[in-house]
Amino acid sequence: MELINVDHVTKSYAGHTALTDVSLSIPRGSIYGLLGPNGAGKTTLIRIINRITAPDSGRIIFDGHEMQPADVRRIGYLPEERGLYKKMKVGEQALYLAMLKGMPKKEATARLKEWFIRFGIQDWWNKKVEELSKGMAQKVQFIVTVLHGPELLILDEPFSGFDPVNASLIREEILRLRNEGATVIFSTHNMSSVEEICDHITLINRSRNILTGPVDRIRRSHGGDMYDAEFKGSASGLEEGLKELCTVLEAQDDGSGNGTLKLSIPDHGRVREVVSVINSQTELRSFRNIVPSMNDIFIKAVSQETARN
Amino acid sequence: MGKIGIIIQREFNERVRKKSFILTTLLTPLLFVGMMVAIFLLARVSLSETREIAVIDHSGVVARQLESDRTVMFIPTAKSQEDIRREKSDGQHENLYGILVIGEDIMTNTSAVMLYTYQPSTIEVETVLATRISDIVENEKLKQFDIEDLPQILEAVKTNVSLSAYRIDESGNDKQSSSGLAMGLAYIFGFLIYMFVFMYGAMVMQGVIEEKSSKVIEVIVSSVKPYQLMMGKILGIASVAVTQFLIWAVFLVVAQMALVSLFPGLVEGAAAGMADSAPVDMATVQAMDPDIAAMVETLSDGMFLFKLLGGFLIFFIGSYLLYAAMFAAVGSAVDNVADSQQLQLPITVPLILAIVIMINVMREPNSPVAFWFSMIPFTSPIIMIARIPYGVPGWEIALSAVILFATFALMVWLAAKIYRVGIFMHGKKPTLAELIKWARYKY
Repeated sequence: MELINVDHVTKSYAGHTALTDVSLSIPRGSIYGLLGPNGAGKTTLIRIINRITAPDSGRIIFDGHEMQPADVRRIGYLPEERGLYKKMKVGEQALYLAMLKGMPKKEATARLKEWFIRFGIQDWWNKKVEELSKGMAQKVQFIVTVLHGPELLILDEPFSGFDPVNASLIREEILRLRNEGATVIFSTHNMSSVEEICDHITLINRSRNILTGPVDRIRRSHGGDMYDAEFKGSASGLEEGLKELCTVLEAQDDGSGNGTLKLSIPDHGRVREVVSVINSQTELRSFRNIVPSMNDIFIKAVSQETARN
Repeated sequence: MGKIGIIIQREFNERVRKKSFILTTLLTPLLFVGMMVAIFLLARVSLSETREIAVIDHSGVVARQLESDRTVMFIPTAKSQEDIRREKSDGQHENLYGILVIGEDIMTNTSAVMLYTYQPSTIEVETVLATRISDIVENEKLKQFDIEDLPQILEAVKTNVSLSAYRIDESGNDKQSSSGLAMGLAYIFGFLIYMFVFMYGAMVMQGVIEEKSSKVIEVIVSSVKPYQLMMGKILGIASVAVTQFLIWAVFLVVAQMALVSLFPGLVEGAAAGMADSAPVDMATVQAMDPDIAAMVETLSDGMFLFKLLGGFLIFFIGSYLLYAAMFAAVGSAVDNVADSQQLQLPITVPLILAIVIMINVMREPNSPVAFWFSMIPFTSPIIMIARIPYGVPGWEIALSAVILFATFALMVWLAAKIYRVGIFMHGKKPTLAELIKWARYKY
């Protein structure tokens, strides 16, 4: 069951198209990665889901119905460009933003206190934002984003600006919120964090959705034919015998009798033959299927797409 | 409470609690009083300066009749001009302001008077001297007719007319009017609107720029519509302005009561006039200078005060709202205050134009120029409030106010369209033409 369906959304600004016929489905309770180079259209898509701006055509289906203005209170949004009123006190500011999301003041105060205790920042309540460090302000902003208990969290580069300790604190909180039922849209360039926490991704490049699906399936499908072999023996001596079976991408000898090969075997049925050829001529130590990192997939997909145009 | 309400509340609380608000609220009246005292003192200082003028009278008629007073001291002398000049350059006659030379033939040649000064001469001094000498020569000429008892006759015919002006209203009643008071009020109220529109309008603009440059805007517009945020800010700052006015009004009342209790005599006459419908003691009024009497009568007219103060409130609020919407649109388009200068032109030009026209309108409050500029919404608040003290038909005030508020509604609609695009534009400083283009974007 999906929480959000983006249905053939197109949006253009004077002079350029930000989104071209983008469709995607975000499963309830997932952490959904929204990836793409700068200027690809991610922020525009996020703003459309937040109802900050409206699509030229296409629809957003939220929880089974076409999205309504009132639905924004079910969303928590952490923009990439963080910002709070500098002269306003932390506590008052968080209350103000929660009330704008439609929370009654009493409830907001109680929940805010819980969060301040959880993060150990009770004594920040009466500090002005300008007195906080950048990382401290980011923490406050994260709390403001999740305070009203949104079903959908939209986090744009949530870890930028955090030191490793606080980044892992935030990661824990995101996972906890997901486990409690929230759905998370996670926009980023940081591919290692995508592998760590995302279940699904969509890759947007030049206003189009060019790759979408569950992370493990995408990785498997993109790495299916790549293998890596290590052995005692000569790598260059093997190339001739393997030519018929597969493509040798890389052959290396370390000079002390050890060799490595990087192979592409498009025909899955021939893997055993390849192994036996290598094994017959060398002392095979390891042979494994390479699953590419999301980073590789990202770069490959984007450069292919760019080359195609 | 609606979302606009929450925004208004924040704007109000944040601003009213600021030290700068408390300071300006307390200091502005002090500054005002201080300025008036300073002007008064300055006027006295320049009056009390006595100018020493040496008089070389070749006719022998004028010098002995020139009487010194506080402003000018005449020193008749038999010395030649060259001698005096030499002595002055030798360090004598330290305070000598100038040398007045009167020609031998002054009785027949009216241009035979020369003034040589060591400091720049002023219109006032020249006028005083010319009038005095004219009077003396006139008297001398009269004497030549050999009229008996001439001094007594001259004394008897001396006249100083004081004119009382009355204005006939629609129902045929006439009221004493004071054009001096009208002019003063027109000037003060017109200027106050000009000043406050700039002051509070700039506050709106700075607020918008602050939200944009601190990036907090994106979080807020994910909860409320840009239009709500803009209106909330405009109305929030309006409530700050009204609060400030109310505090000043309280100050004024307290100050007046303090004056009454400290100097009962000073305000007695005014108080008598203030007792509105009660028949004004004619003896008191007539005993007063007719100008003062007219002021008292004008100020004790309830309808007049109602029109003036009510008009001020309506036209201030209307013009603030209209210009605040424009200021908000400009603020949304730029990243910092410095970039806003050029875009502010369409705001500042009509306001300055209004002040220039106001000076003209005070001379002819019912000319076509006065009428039309008090209908055009961008100048109408200042021009209309400047006309009200002279008396303006009620329908004109009402029509002008309706046009003003209708234009405000239109301007907010336009400004909101620019605003919602502008708040997400960063980097390049936009031109006015681009702002107009934004207004046409569909969202």
